[in-house]
Amino acid sequence: MSNKYSFFSLLKNAFTYHENWQRAWRDPEPKKEYDTVIIGGGGHGLATAFYLAKKHNMRNIAVVEKGWIGGGNTGRNTTIIRSNYLWDASAGLYDHALKIWEGLSQELNYNVMFSQRGVMNLAHNLQDVRDLKRRTHANRLNGIDAVYLNTEQVKKFCPIINTSQDIRYPVLGGTLQRRAGTARHDAVAWGYARGADEMGVDIIQNCEVKGIKRNGDAVEGIETTKGFIKAKKIGVVAAGHSSVIANMAGLKLPLESKPLQALVSEPVKPIIDTVVMSNAVHAYVSQSDKGELVIGAGTDDYISYSQKGSHDIVEGTLNAILELYPIFSRMRMLRQWGGIVDICPDASPIISKTSVKGLYFNCGWGTGGFKATPGSGDLFAHTIANDEPHKLNAAFNLNRFISGDLVDEHGAAAVAH
Amino acid sequence: MSKNLRFKSSKLVDETYRISFKFNNKTYYGYKGDTLASALLANDVHLVGRSFKYHRPRGIMTAGSEEPNAIIQLHDNTSRTEPNVRATEIEIYEGLVASSQNCWPSVDFDIGGINNILSPLLPAGFYYKTFMWPKSFWEKYEYFIRKSAGLGKSPKEADPDIYEHRYIHCDVLIIGAGISGIMAAKMAAKNGLKTLLVDEKSFLGGSTIYDNSEFLKINNQITSSWLEKEINEISKLKNLEIKTRTSVAAFHGYNFLLARENLTDHLPISQRKNKVRHRLLKIRAKKVISATGAIERPLIFDNNDRPGILLSSAVKKYIDLYGVACGENNILFTNNDTAYETAMSMVQRGIKVNAIIDNREEIVSKLSYEVEKNNIKIFKGYTVVDTYGYKRINGLSIMQLSKDGQKVIGKKIKLSCDSLGVSGGWTPAVHLFTQSGGKLKFRENDQVFIPNKYPSDQLSIGSCNGDFSLEEITTNTILSVKKFLNINDIDYNTFEIITGINKSKRNIWLLPSDKILGKTKSFVDYQNDATAKDIKLALREGFRSIEHVKRYTTTGMGTDQGKLGNMHALGIISETAGTKMGEHGTTTFRPPYTPLTFGTIVGRNVGEFFDIIRRTPIHDWHVTNNAKFENVGQWKRAWYYPKANENMHQAVQRESKAARECAGILDASTLGKIDIQGTDASEFLNRVYTNAWSKLAIGKCRYGLMLNEDGMVYDDGVTSRLDENHYIMTTTTGGAANVLGKLEDYLQTEWPELDVYLSSVTDHYATISVCGPHSKKIVSKVIPDLDFSDEKFPHMSFKNAKIDQIKCRVMRISFTGEQSYEINIQSNYGKSVWEKCIEAGKDFNITPYGTETMHLLRAEKGFIIVGQDTDATMTPIDLQMDWIVSKKKYDFIGKRSLYRSDTIKDDRKQLVGLLTENPEEVLEEGAQIVADIKKSPIEMLGHVTSSYYSPNLNKSIALGVVKGGKKMLGQKLIIPMENKNINVTVADPVFLDKEGERLNANL
Amino acid sequence: MFLINCPFCGEREQSEFKAGGEAHIERPKQPTELSDDEWAEFLFMRKNIKGVQFERWNHAHGCRKWFNIARDTSNDQIKAVYKMGEKPPVK
Repeated sequence: MSNKYSFFSLLKNAFTYHENWQRAWRDPEPKKEYDTVIIGGGGHGLATAFYLAKKHNMRNIAVVEKGWIGGGNTGRNTTIIRSNYLWDASAGLYDHALKIWEGLSQELNYNVMFSQRGVMNLAHNLQDVRDLKRRTHANRLNGIDAVYLNTEQVKKFCPIINTSQDIRYPVLGGTLQRRAGTARHDAVAWGYARGADEMGVDIIQNCEVKGIKRNGDAVEGIETTKGFIKAKKIGVVAAGHSSVIANMAGLKLPLESKPLQALVSEPVKPIIDTVVMSNAVHAYVSQSDKGELVIGAGTDDYISYSQKGSHDIVEGTLNAILELYPIFSRMRMLRQWGGIVDICPDASPIISKTSVKGLYFNCGWGTGGFKATPGSGDLFAHTIANDEPHKLNAAFNLNRFISGDLVDEHGAAAVAH
Repeated sequence: MSKNLRFKSSKLVDETYRISFKFNNKTYYGYKGDTLASALLANDVHLVGRSFKYHRPRGIMTAGSEEPNAIIQLHDNTSRTEPNVRATEIEIYEGLVASSQNCWPSVDFDIGGINNILSPLLPAGFYYKTFMWPKSFWEKYEYFIRKSAGLGKSPKEADPDIYEHRYIHCDVLIIGAGISGIMAAKMAAKNGLKTLLVDEKSFLGGSTIYDNSEFLKINNQITSSWLEKEINEISKLKNLEIKTRTSVAAFHGYNFLLARENLTDHLPISQRKNKVRHRLLKIRAKKVISATGAIERPLIFDNNDRPGILLSSAVKKYIDLYGVACGENNILFTNNDTAYETAMSMVQRGIKVNAIIDNREEIVSKLSYEVEKNNIKIFKGYTVVDTYGYKRINGLSIMQLSKDGQKVIGKKIKLSCDSLGVSGGWTPAVHLFTQSGGKLKFRENDQVFIPNKYPSDQLSIGSCNGDFSLEEITTNTILSVKKFLNINDIDYNTFEIITGINKSKRNIWLLPSDKILGKTKSFVDYQNDATAKDIKLALREGFRSIEHVKRYTTTGMGTDQGKLGNMHALGIISETAGTKMGEHGTTTFRPPYTPLTFGTIVGRNVGEFFDIIRRTPIHDWHVTNNAKFENVGQWKRAWYYPKANENMHQAVQRESKAARECAGILDASTLGKIDIQGTDASEFLNRVYTNAWSKLAIGKCRYGLMLNEDGMVYDDGVTSRLDENHYIMTTTTGGAANVLGKLEDYLQTEWPELDVYLSSVTDHYATISVCGPHSKKIVSKVIPDLDFSDEKFPHMSFKNAKIDQIKCRVMRISFTGEQSYEINIQSNYGKSVWEKCIEAGKDFNITPYGTETMHLLRAEKGFIIVGQDTDATMTPIDLQMDWIVSKKKYDFIGKRSLYRSDTIKDDRKQLVGLLTENPEEVLEEGAQIVADIKKSPIEMLGHVTSSYYSPNLNKSIALGVVKGGKKMLGQKLIIPMENKNINVTVADPVFLDKEGERLNANL
Repeated sequence: MFLINCPFCGEREQSEFKAGGEAHIERPKQPTELSDDEWAEFLFMRKNIKGVQFERWNHAHGCRKWFNIARDTSNDQIKAVYKMGEKPPVK
């Protein structure tokens, strides 16, 4: 690599006042034609392009992004990574991703700061306990490192949680996946972009897709704000805007796009060293390397592309945070923001071919797509390159909504992914 | 104190009221009215904290909420401790204790300062490029990164303060009580509009209120005097509510705003007890007027961050408002006239101004002439190229600017000083406007973004709208407010402005230096230590959009959210990239405007008010009788009733046995109850339940199963026909609200032609279930007039009756498999009827049982609990409940979905009974079920949904779902646990009394 | 949080209402006649429009009536409110 990152390159560049660093990616004008065009320059889209180039030896690829790369849900999520999903298909998918995460910084030569600080899910009622135990048993048999904790063990692992049994919904137990954790969201997009660019992928920013041109049952290309781009294959990884793109191709998807909000506190010295999620009272929190408490709120129940949610959702989330962490009452919210999440009826994603030849969709990640980024890109690349799914994403086809063979992850995903 | 930095008769400070406070363990004195910042400055303390990344010494830079540097920890190691408090915002009170943050061992000597020396190795985004080798070491690196990051410390104890919310609906909300806000408030309120005026400061009048300059006059009065009269006048207006110390945090769509009213933070702690600390105002305003003012810009030059360097307007504020000089030996550095106003304030007080360094070559205002008359040296066309002094500025050097402003020329001149006031002009505070969805436009001549398109019924006035001169402010405020509020009658008909200020400005985003950029530290974001060269590095590496640059360099990501430096970042980007301002985005200002305490957002919804508690009418009896409770949705349900020395298992075994052998009594009041009436009620039930209802006789009850449209089991319960066109439906406890919602939805939207009316009556009735072989005797005693014979009152029927003249309904239905009667009576009689039953059952060992025993008893009978034995993937066929799915009915909710290619498969997961090889071994609910333990990967066939030790069968029983389980009766399966494998046999899910004889069994 | 003008109660906070998704998807009168594909179209497939969408809302914490609104999902501005059974307003 011409531009390898390491401590030594940092040291070397310090002598020239860092004025000789190369561009992390080019800023090319689109070519007339590509073998594959990926619509959407978020983590999933860039990862797809990266693996198409790396594993399937494709070079003539473009990623088109209407804004700036990583500016959608990639840059707006709370960066939780875990694979403790209930069903075999989901466990396979998310653990595939988790395994890639474990070597991703080295694979990309870009520190994505994947930090395996563990993710704990709390139980607050008897059915929560049953559900979490069920999930833990399933995880164990699927080779996923989840353990069930009783209340004392929960307290021991994260001492600042209020485990008093006198609170409204006391903590009755929890599960812990130690290999789970967080990563630096921007770095994932940038690292994949840099890697893909190096292999010749054109990353075209500020290029909005205005139409999908079809020739009968097959795709022909895309109309964009930078002109028409011919493409043999089109992979759509547009998250909240997936339906908008689908409608351009004359398709309907089983998706609803809803506001999801998150917030951070002001930065403080380390106070919580893991990720704690609670579906029942709806609060999840971790602390970034910068020191901010990163808190995820829930979705609103209406469709919206405004990237704004209602204040009630934020208020409800903080109610729950203070129920579980009364010590945070005097902490302050620094920033709050919203994203648009595309949600499937079964809370599982779609990585699938469509009825249109050469048109593929990777969407429906709802509130929890970030964790799957590397796996999703890898499997989607496989699906596009081979025109058929990998066995790990076979279950996540569009046909399941017709046959009824859903992968219902509401329990594992809930609102708080 | 050697220096005299305090002057008498300032605007805010009460010199007769001395206050002591502690900063970094040292006691200081200030006066009532001081902020912590003004009090520290009066004590010649400039070094307040250390920066985030390089741990550079930092001082007070501003006099307001935009402060990036002077942030402190308040009351460390107490329950009221608070990190990252701005010294410029907190008003001092007796007993205030503050300390510096992000430094160790002290702010004076901070080990972290080594980062400043290492800074060549720590350019923007350095962490993305390193710490990758060896792979396993990231966690170790990260540990240190985390430790050195963060600023203050989180509290460790619960918050002793209370918070509350208030809803306000008004005609006009005016944000900011500076001159334009005051004028707008007067116009609005005098015209009869219900008006709310808020300001974040403790006083009204904004920056005009301390303007005593001869160079600014309204109607021949000094502006501050004129404004004081105005304030005096509006404070008497009836329909105007004024709130100070109230900061608008968020401006959402549809003119919904959140503001924090700070009620006690300025009081001594001893006076705060039982008082509300913050009140969150939830404001819905018909119209909003933003008069949020402007924030002075710093200038970007090498080492522009030293303690002692302040905004020039802040220097002026400290003098005029607090009577505090920031130094004895002052220099001002500016590119516009603002610094000259500061200079005149200093001259008035006799504070020494060494020099003014002005980027402009030509300076033409009356004000500047006046300054020159006072023998203050002005360096025209010069710029500061460096500053000196580690913990406090002690000097600087200047050079002349080239004609194009891109280079410095000539000789370097060194000047000494102990304070430097800088002014880069003004940035309209458009944060709230953009939060609301407003779009900005860029004004070239003075390089500012101003409001362009309003997304809601709102208006921006004054300097937040880009009107900086007093003339523009007053004229435009009057015109635009008049039009916006559609009013004619105003007081401001004659307006004469005298001003000595010129609007000229020489805007250079990044001032040139004699050093190469790589050797400079020109801070753009002071708190996060993002410098101009960091921004240029980001651009060089391909980060083009402002959002990329922000994230890569962390510019604007500090607790001040870039209020000072964001514009310069944009400016440097556009200059470097050769693009127009705003082309790479303007950065979105996200709520809140200033950080908002979690406790404030939450208000009273903490502790017992976190979520409402629903209690049954019999709740108190359960409490008195030592019940343990289970949360079911919002309900508190009696879980079990342990006797002395009993654990849960023992209590449940006893309760379960008693219910089958004698009598049990259960509070079932939490079950949802929906009253259904109308001529089409039967047809409606036909459509919502899987089974048929038309033929149910009046007086009879029937069990029903409800599906989702996707064919999966949604809810269940018994519905009784009270009359030809009248039913009462029961639902699960947790499902009640959703079922009602779903039924209403179908009724109103899909089947409006049906004559059906629904009403929730859950809370109207107490439901007492008496079961067991003695149940008939007991209820007969309670209701002696009713014929309880099996002939007259068979299973699955109900009777209307009276208990002591009070009407009740008795249903003979059973969830335990025992003979069972459910008395439904008006809620407020619930407890007394319960007590009557207990009394009547005394001789029959009537035993109250809770939900745990209820679950055990129904499991013995193989009755499902929706949500426990089902998840959203189980059809009635999967539950082996084919009998309840009508084949004859043309349609019902979910029917079509039962015939999809996957749902008709016969190897779906199906409900079965499970018996353990060892009858003493009780399975864990949630445990997975497999057939072949050696297979890899292990194929999971299903899981255990319910599991108990049955005292009535003297063995462990369980329900579970197993792939293809229907056909596996008698087959052996394995439950693989962490430490062992448990052998089980697939059994009929009905473990007890399959024939149903006990339903009529009496003792 | 937007304000919704309930056709029965008047203007109220959004928090009083429950969203019911895309409007004018009529439940098929003869589900058994439909193919799996056609049934899935009714069950799951949605336009999920960015722009003016006709959608169902329920005044859950008020009169509990269902009604329709036309709302621009790109900025949450409500263009029209109309009762169940009424034709959507022309854009």
